[in-house]
Amino acid sequence: MADSETIVAPQPPDLQHQFDDSAQQLESSTLGMWVFLVTEVMFFGGMFGSYTVYRDLYPEAFASTSHFMNLTIGVINTGVLICSSFTMVLAVRSAQLGQKKAIIAFLVLTLLLGCVFLTLKGVEYHEKWVEHHIPGPGFQYADARYAHQAQILFFLYFAMTGMHAIHMIVGAGLLTVLIVMAARNRFSAAWYTPVEMIGLCWHFVDIIWIFLFPLLYLIGHTR
Amino acid sequence: MNHPVVSVKVYAAVFGALLALTITTVAVSKLELGEFNFIAARTIAVLKGTLVVMFFMDVRRATSMTKLFVGAGLFWLAILLVFLLSDYLTRGRPCTGCEL
Repeated sequence: MADSETIVAPQPPDLQHQFDDSAQQLESSTLGMWVFLVTEVMFFGGMFGSYTVYRDLYPEAFASTSHFMNLTIGVINTGVLICSSFTMVLAVRSAQLGQKKAIIAFLVLTLLLGCVFLTLKGVEYHEKWVEHHIPGPGFQYADARYAHQAQILFFLYFAMTGMHAIHMIVGAGLLTVLIVMAARNRFSAAWYTPVEMIGLCWHFVDIIWIFLFPLLYLIGHTR
Repeated sequence: MNHPVVSVKVYAAVFGALLALTITTVAVSKLELGEFNFIAARTIAVLKGTLVVMFFMDVRRATSMTKLFVGAGLFWLAILLVFLLSDYLTRGRPCTGCEL
């Protein structure tokens, strides 16, 4: 039989049997991750859509709320997230080069920056609590004309930044898994797919914030 | 794996551009430009998002299939927003300052 004489090339240890080669496997992972991210685009797209509709209906009320947003924390958090995307991309780069220590260092840095973001977000949420800006029976607003409409904005604020924060928390958990995997020598220059995939997730969450920041903190700043 | 490793300089340049655009968007928001404030903020956000997608997420070197999926996602987002707004933006304006 010809089959029995076929020499089987040694398989890379992390190649699943259904793929022809490692390149095809990585391609499939990347495509799969993007399909997931597209569903996330649609998910956040709905919220951005409702924001746009209500902003169009109540422009003055929405503009008045930006005086109650903590711009300093907003700007710092934007910078923190961009830094974390930078360290994430450097972690992926270190993985491509098979530098284990650098992977761990950059992943830890990314995780720390993520925690800084969440802590500052917590400070902001506390401010909103103290100022009675949390939608519900306890909601109070300085400008009585806009009290009802401003509550819609604050509802959107908590829905959008809250969903974003949940994604950050999940991302932080995934980063922790990556750090443990890297410490256990699971990655090599030939196989580092999880680092790259979770990197995609992390950058996506950064992009969501890039769009949230101007909408929530900067609109109507001059009015 | 298939691609040459990108130099740190490229990533640093993108990182610098993202920070510069963040400062720009805050600076522009301090100016009195009317509705252009909103347009400027959106444009800068799209610019920043594109930088992240192309360089950090490496879509510029991805396979055509991945690019197609990313494009399809954005197209579907456009359908969502355009049809939503083509309804709401063409309805009668509510009376601002009136009782809700």
